[in-house]
Amino acid sequence: MKRAGFTTIWLPVALLLPQLMIIAIFFYWPAGWAVQSSFYLQDPFGFGSTFVGLENYTDLGSNSEYLRIAWFTVIYTCLVTFFSLAIALLLAVKADKVIRSARTYRTLLMWVYAIAPPVAGFMGIMFFDQRTGPITDAFQVFGWDYKLGVNYTDTATAMVIAAVWKQIPVNFIFFLSGLQSIPRSVNEAAIIDNRSSTSRFWQVTFPLLAPTTFFLLIINITYALFDTFGIIDTLLKGEPGNNPMTLVYKVYLDGFRGNDLGGSSAQSVILMVLVLILTVFQFRLIERRIHYT
Amino acid sequence: MAVVKLNAVGKTYPNGFEAVKPSSFTIADGEFVVLVGPSGCGKSTLLRMVAGLEEITAGTLNIGDREVNDVDPADRDIAMVFQNYALYPHMTVRKNIGYGLKNRGTTADTIEAKVQEAAKMLNLTELLDRKPSQLSGGQRQRVAMGRAVVRDPSLFLFDEPLSNLDAKLRNQMRIEIKALQRRLGVTSIYVTHDQVEAMTMADRIIVLNSGEIEQIGTPAEIYHSPASTFVASFMGAPPMNLIEARVEEGEIRVNGGASIGPAGRCPSGPIQLGVRPEDVELGGAGQTPFDISIVEELGAHRLLHGHLGGQPFTVHVGKEVAAAPGTTQIHLKPEALRLFDSQTGKAM
Repeated sequence: MKRAGFTTIWLPVALLLPQLMIIAIFFYWPAGWAVQSSFYLQDPFGFGSTFVGLENYTDLGSNSEYLRIAWFTVIYTCLVTFFSLAIALLLAVKADKVIRSARTYRTLLMWVYAIAPPVAGFMGIMFFDQRTGPITDAFQVFGWDYKLGVNYTDTATAMVIAAVWKQIPVNFIFFLSGLQSIPRSVNEAAIIDNRSSTSRFWQVTFPLLAPTTFFLLIINITYALFDTFGIIDTLLKGEPGNNPMTLVYKVYLDGFRGNDLGGSSAQSVILMVLVLILTVFQFRLIERRIHYT
Repeated sequence: MAVVKLNAVGKTYPNGFEAVKPSSFTIADGEFVVLVGPSGCGKSTLLRMVAGLEEITAGTLNIGDREVNDVDPADRDIAMVFQNYALYPHMTVRKNIGYGLKNRGTTADTIEAKVQEAAKMLNLTELLDRKPSQLSGGQRQRVAMGRAVVRDPSLFLFDEPLSNLDAKLRNQMRIEIKALQRRLGVTSIYVTHDQVEAMTMADRIIVLNSGEIEQIGTPAEIYHSPASTFVASFMGAPPMNLIEARVEEGEIRVNGGASIGPAGRCPSGPIQLGVRPEDVELGGAGQTPFDISIVEELGAHRLLHGHLGGQPFTVHVGKEVAAAPGTTQIHLKPEALRLFDSQTGKAM
């Protein structure tokens, strides 16, 4: 194979520069700042800062509220990821089998994708509102005295539902295209080999969807950890109080509401490391079991 | 092993398109039947209806002594080999072959024994632990065969299984499949658009055209006595020569020329005359002028392309017959002449 090459070093550098600058300005520089300021205690009014070493980190380790939020984040991420993947997969499998007006169904299922997270959060509020929300009324019928923004579990439920609802279309699109890329004859061979459509799904279809699922798993964990910020912010209406929140929201809260830039920076550094570990773990452990055709 | 009986089986899609017109035929136990026809003729649809992958909208289908119209594909006791092999890419060759047995509740020991047996039969023993992506086209094809063989079905279905292979491998696999089918004695239906495959493999050929059966017969019958101009031009390479001619006073004439041969009981009027390229002799008693324009040298024989009475005509001669472009006299063997209705194209 002929290898194309550049005659001077400057052209490739010039071509790479815009991308590198974006990464540098929006990731490395703030990340560096976060690491640096996590070792300082900032004056709330911005008059100076004191070097405190690792104190910001050790404080977090003994802060029961922080640990509680961390634990909530884990559960929240698991629930959002699991339900948004599972429901989207179910919908995709069903939509894949629809013959008449398939396009209409698919478009309807993808629509929610166009909704911005804060709007999703706002719609969550409307649905779960204590006085006028239809879902609240529905819960009441079953004897659940649902109180959004007051009861910890109730608020968490709304958060999970809104976040899942918002994420289903993305997963749906990917699952559907994944399903459609499975050769028809492979499915037909399975039909002849196996009577049960359920076991066919788990033994043939699902393993062939694994690359899609793995990709979506990473996307969804990232979504639940970070991108649900808008939904949480809208649902909490700026009144965090005793309500559930994720680590990312806590970073924002401590840094910009509590003016504790040092502590907030330490939290975001922890998050960064966490994502790093998670990604390495996913690629090392899970990807190895995936079959790419 | 089973007799397969189709009774007016047809397929009409919800949009009204009739892919297969009601067709009836019976396949004897252990017989190898080839469905052949151009693409879109309904041969694959017919096969898929037998497999149960396509719903039968008219008629009844029997495999063995059961009517299977509403029987699940997995319960029809069939095995199918697909055009693109349709192997499960995430399973090893061993699991690919054993998957059907596993789902029938066969014990692990029996599966292993049967897989080993099938693998030995198909020279796959060394490849059992590989994934399909690590195999060549021919090997994949053999795994697909193994998957069919191991189930010990009463009916094999082949959907253009060789069309993804190169010419050399195709010839080899053709013989292997035929030999395997002979050895196992399993009733088989084989779909192809390749008339050479049809001729060489079939016990009986069914020629389909636009969803309709044109002719059913042994390869020799189909070749020598085509039921219509369609069959005549589809089967054989080069195809049968078809030229416009007239029957006048019991003699066949082209463009008012000399008599080519007796027309038997055929009434006077326009006809289509069919004659295989090899049923023509150069020179000798010939009195029909043939304008040779191109001589195709094929080693063992020669093909002479040209015109007879202004219509395209091809003659097949042995390598010992010298030929050069120009006009020559030819003789059409009278017993090899086939007459077709000039309107319907049916044999007369």
